[in-house]
Amino acid sequence: MFTYCQEPGLLSGFDWWSCYLTTGKHLAFYGSFGTVMMLLLLTVPLILILGFAGALARRASFAPVRWLGLIYTSMVRGVPDIVFFLFALIALDQGIEYMRHIVLCPDWSEPIRQGNDFRVCDIAKMPLSSAPQWQHEVYGFFLAMVGFAVVFGAFAANTIYGALCAVPHSQLETGAAFGMTQRQVFRRILLPQMWVYALPGLSNLWMILIKATPLLFLLGVEDIVYWARELGGAKTGRFEYPHPDWRLGYFLALLVFYLFLTWISERIFARLNARVSRGQATMGGTV
Amino acid sequence: MSCAETFAGYALRSLGIGERLLPRSDFTLCEQVVLIGSGMIWNVYFAVFALAFGFFAATAVAVARASERWWLREPARAFIFVLRGSPLFIQFFIAYETFVLIPKAGIDINLGFIEITAETRWLTKAWLGALIVLFLNTTAYTAQIFHGALMSVPKGDLEAADSIGMPPFRRFRRIVFPSMLRLAWASYTNEAIFLFHATSLVFFSSFPAWRQAGDALYYANYFADKTFNPFIPYPIIAGYFIAFTLLLTIGFGFVNRHLNRHLRESR
Repeated sequence: MFTYCQEPGLLSGFDWWSCYLTTGKHLAFYGSFGTVMMLLLLTVPLILILGFAGALARRASFAPVRWLGLIYTSMVRGVPDIVFFLFALIALDQGIEYMRHIVLCPDWSEPIRQGNDFRVCDIAKMPLSSAPQWQHEVYGFFLAMVGFAVVFGAFAANTIYGALCAVPHSQLETGAAFGMTQRQVFRRILLPQMWVYALPGLSNLWMILIKATPLLFLLGVEDIVYWARELGGAKTGRFEYPHPDWRLGYFLALLVFYLFLTWISERIFARLNARVSRGQATMGGTV
Repeated sequence: MSCAETFAGYALRSLGIGERLLPRSDFTLCEQVVLIGSGMIWNVYFAVFALAFGFFAATAVAVARASERWWLREPARAFIFVLRGSPLFIQFFIAYETFVLIPKAGIDINLGFIEITAETRWLTKAWLGALIVLFLNTTAYTAQIFHGALMSVPKGDLEAADSIGMPPFRRFRRIVFPSMLRLAWASYTNEAIFLFHATSLVFFSSFPAWRQAGDALYYANYFADKTFNPFIPYPIIAGYFIAFTLLLTIGFGFVNRHLNRHLRESR
């Protein structure tokens, strides 16, 4: 990074630290904080969409759709999220490859499951084994995102379902009495008011989501935990910047990052809550 | 090997009792069910002990958090903030790295008249190290729930207790504590379920599994890796978790009914 970093062995004190903390790997480490934030920001819309879909499915008048919604929301609640992640990821990966296999290699005669192997033809591999490294990483990130969205979408569906039920029924009836159609009642009365009831649950969910992001590491994404382990591990004299096992220090830095993230989220949600409570007939919304 | 033999050989495998070697190929459904169930012993162990110790510790922390003395209140607040604000996964890593740094041989504590050696070598083992982390984590979450409930205990109850001259400790035991539990119980049930699910993270917590004796996810992952087929082991472990979660909910439901037995049955 700096010109005086050519000979790290000769440096000490501040110079050493300034060089050590700006190596290529450290820059990748700082970049991985962006990966985590990106995952958070990209999955939230997906989670809300899935949450709404699940909640509306549970309210549907057509029974099989209702059952589907109920199964989706209760299944994820009963099983630890990490088990679900591991399962959903491999299942999704194999599912995609299986589909591509059927479409791309119609005249493949061997069975796909050969004993302990899962074998699809080469051009059905996802991503192709010849693809550059960044495609593999993006694909892994995409899978992780979908996994997060499926699990947290179920939690969101529960919250949104509860919030939709909590809007006073008489208000909906008033809307109907004014001659609004069901759609209009939903859009003009139900939807704007449900946020008051949904927000405490959704903010709680956001906190849980933040605290679930280290699981990205388990899903094979090179996130902050990966880099903290990589950089913190003891480095012998063969390396440019030898140091003993510093993993504790790196993890403490991650701890501070997460504490800051939850602290700032708490403040933002407090404000948002005041905003949506305006003019509501609840204890928090008297003004 | 018949299923009964498999059961005899592997049911207690996670505790190191029974067959030494895990099956290597041609896994039967029975082997998977029995071994993953064997691993569940650890998940249940972690959940039961963390919840049992955590309950009392959380009561103490919640009371400290509500205290008027700042030197009790602020440490409790900080404890809750740090443990609730950071991922359990990171807490596991930090605890493990810290425990590894503590000298293995034990620390000599000289009390002047007697010398005590604190055993530290168990800390890097999952059964104690991971349990401590889970215990601290659930203590913080539960303390927050209990503190909220403590703030909602009706003032009139306390005034009534004072007016008949109850000493503070008895007032706490007879009035405040039962009310607090009653108010907190629904949220506490949720926390217990979350903690039980969190025990599956122990597998990833970098506390090593010794002689392939691990928790349920350890075995499920073992099978999924070996067969490259997630569609059997993961549904099995999910089934176990759902069953135990159901038991937990029923158990907590009984306690809830006991706590509210003086109230009219409401439907």
